[in-house]
Amino acid sequence: MARVIVVTSGKGGVGKTTTSASVSAGLAARGHKVAVIDFDVGLRNLDLIMGCERRVVYDFVNVVQGEATIKQALIKDKKTPNLYVLAASQTRDKDALTQEGVERVIDELKADGFDFIICDSPAGIEKGAQLALYFADEAIIVTNPEVSSVRDSDRILGILQAKSRRAELGEAVKEHLVLTRYNPARVEAGEMLAMNDVVELLSVDLLGVVPESQDVLQASNAGTPVILQEGTDASEAYKDIVARFLGEEKPQRFLTVEHKSLFRKLFGK
Amino acid sequence: MRLLDYLLGQNRKSSANHAKDRLQILLAHERSQSKAPDYLPKMRQEILEVISRYVDIDEENLQISLDADNGYEVLELNLILPDAKRGA
Repeated sequence: MARVIVVTSGKGGVGKTTTSASVSAGLAARGHKVAVIDFDVGLRNLDLIMGCERRVVYDFVNVVQGEATIKQALIKDKKTPNLYVLAASQTRDKDALTQEGVERVIDELKADGFDFIICDSPAGIEKGAQLALYFADEAIIVTNPEVSSVRDSDRILGILQAKSRRAELGEAVKEHLVLTRYNPARVEAGEMLAMNDVVELLSVDLLGVVPESQDVLQASNAGTPVILQEGTDASEAYKDIVARFLGEEKPQRFLTVEHKSLFRKLFGK
Repeated sequence: MRLLDYLLGQNRKSSANHAKDRLQILLAHERSQSKAPDYLPKMRQEILEVISRYVDIDEENLQISLDADNGYEVLELNLILPDAKRGA
């Protein structure tokens, strides 16, 4: 049975699209059939992060409005087998997506044998964000260890628990936290909220921590999901996240500063 | 420097702790607000209008809250009346 997963955060710029791209690629690399949908109508970006921006012919809105079939609009990823991208529309108005239309697309993807349907939510709590989370079975909440991001994540959790279809049916949406842009050195210095603090504040199970990393920008420059940048911390972190998402036990990593000086070893806490 | 920070840092709160404290208070407040039904502010306004036809009250003195308790929803209405003289 297909699982519909929304990647959301409330706040913009925290790493939703980066996480959508890497989780999708990671699930597909493990042999699952994955479709990743960009819900950010008017501000399409997932195609750029995935490196398929020049191959967009038809988009999500074309399919919703019946101008193209889902098969025509799905872009097959060139790097990872089993991975398909459905781009957001760039030009149309925000009302182009309808709940019925989105439901039809998701149902078609389920019927086509997709294992995972990843919905990359736009920022904010407007219609696009609400549609992205409405049909979700599970949610990945992307949060930065920073006050406004934590607050907005809490808002989005409230909306998931009140306005998603599962909530309307009296069922729960399974929530997972992904903490991105984590900087263990600043946490140790007391300058950044620690992982435990954010988990406690939001009371959501932690899927994983992605350390702040130069590699994320470099991957987006290249149009490659950062999970495919072998050997980088961000890639390792996302691989762990995918493994945990599939139910594997993996100890949390990237929570502490790796190279402690002798002085800190002797005198540090 | 680190050692100095460490020694001095004991009684001075780190900014991360400050952030956590602020968020704890804010999230608790916002969660209780978001659970309240949409009609509550308007209903509060209308109740105030009715009461103020009979009693001279201060708007700040009416508190309305909705709680769920043992499977019942309890609407609690708290009003502080002014001194008796001006009332009836």
